[in-house]
Amino acid sequence: MDFAVIIENLPLYFRGLWVTLQLVALSLVAGLALALPIALLATARNPLISFWPKAYIYFFRGTPLLVQMFMIYHGAGQFEWLRESVAWVVLKEAYWCALIAFALNSAGYTAEILRGAIEQTSFGEVEAAKAYGMSTRTLYRRIILPSAFRRALPAYGNEVIFMLHGSALAGVITIVDLFGAAKIVNSRHFVPFESFISAGVFYLALTFLIVWAFKLWEKRWHAYMRPREDTSKPKSGDAVTA
Amino acid sequence: MLDLHGYLPFILKGMVLTVEVALLSLGIAFVLGMIGAVAKLSSSKIAQTIAGVYTTLIRGIPDLVLMTVIFFGGQILVNDLGAQLAELSELWGWMTTDSDGDAVPLIGWDYVDVSPFIAGVLTIGFIFGAYMTETFRGGILAVSRGEIEAGHAYGMTPAQVFFRITFPAMMRHALPGFGNNWLVLAKTTALVSVIGLQDMVYNAGQAGGATREPFTFYLVVALLFLAITGLSDIGMRWLNRRYSVGVRRA
Repeated sequence: MDFAVIIENLPLYFRGLWVTLQLVALSLVAGLALALPIALLATARNPLISFWPKAYIYFFRGTPLLVQMFMIYHGAGQFEWLRESVAWVVLKEAYWCALIAFALNSAGYTAEILRGAIEQTSFGEVEAAKAYGMSTRTLYRRIILPSAFRRALPAYGNEVIFMLHGSALAGVITIVDLFGAAKIVNSRHFVPFESFISAGVFYLALTFLIVWAFKLWEKRWHAYMRPREDTSKPKSGDAVTA
Repeated sequence: MLDLHGYLPFILKGMVLTVEVALLSLGIAFVLGMIGAVAKLSSSKIAQTIAGVYTTLIRGIPDLVLMTVIFFGGQILVNDLGAQLAELSELWGWMTTDSDGDAVPLIGWDYVDVSPFIAGVLTIGFIFGAYMTETFRGGILAVSRGEIEAGHAYGMTPAQVFFRITFPAMMRHALPGFGNNWLVLAKTTALVSVIGLQDMVYNAGQAGGATREPFTFYLVVALLFLAITGLSDIGMRWLNRRYSVGVRRA
């Protein structure tokens, strides 16, 4: 094992780390923005409306991310009208193709998480809100969505990790993310173990960071679900009044 | 609707390989998952730690990175080991003769190519073994203690208790998680195309390049993956019925 080569190439790894972080963050934000309307439409009672968002979710969750990315990166060039349109400025870049694929994929998974969470809203809460005379808009904004987001949090944490791991696919289509950086180091120095394991360590550290962040976040958002402290006994810090 | 220019058999040939890789790695994952779950629930601290490190590492590193480590790194490891064993063998005078009558080391081996097929199957099996560990652990925990104790009281050996009672009873609880893992596993097999295995994604790339219609071919592959998923759903329902025999339902 020769990790001197890795130390030498650390700047390359950090550049890759930055690209990975960008890809993950941007695709998660875009994915979430797309997921909300998709999830809302998927919960519609009218099957003519809910069919399309459900088909979207089914397609993006049922097919490999690699194939989705190839469909955009390799596939877009098949259509002449696309090559001649302004969209080609974006679609000829591997970076944007990966980002679009990741965002669409994340939208599918996130929409399914949100759909489940929205459908689990307790009837009582919705009835109470209606009894208060809230409009549908207010009902969603004040009651359904806040509680759905809270319920969706643990599953969304998994989606963030899934996206981080999926982003390594960007390295396959020439993007120099963490995995791409490892590929370059391997091809220059032929150190497959050292180069890919180092990338693995970076991913592992990021995964731990995400898990830890979501634990904190859940603790905050789910504070109301924690068992109550026993209030009958005075706490040590409380002033005892007779 | 979709003109494949006669490439459909080529894609379907790739699909056979995809299914082979998926089923073989499912077998490995199943065995590793069982071992991992038993290790996690055992009273041995060492077994618990090893299983804990295994599941944490695997679930923290992208499958693509693990696959390249095993494929490229495994190649070096296997050949280094072979060369070193041969050297040792010569040093200690453990020699034998090959078919040409030349003296060759008794142990060790010449350069071997780790095939992408083996690397792919091993990696995917190894990765999903970690996910199966968690699924099976949950399943075993859900089996009622009384049933296991009754088995012991009948004088069954621990192995008999496991295969006659714990295993069939836990499968019912583990089945939903098992089904999910299988669906993710089937999709993960697409990655073997990256290490050069000619699965349906790889073949779609070839056909797409030759016909200049890559979108069409990748779309077909996506639909074939959906077909695998759909068929699996039917299979899971059948398994679920089989393992839920005797469970009261409303």
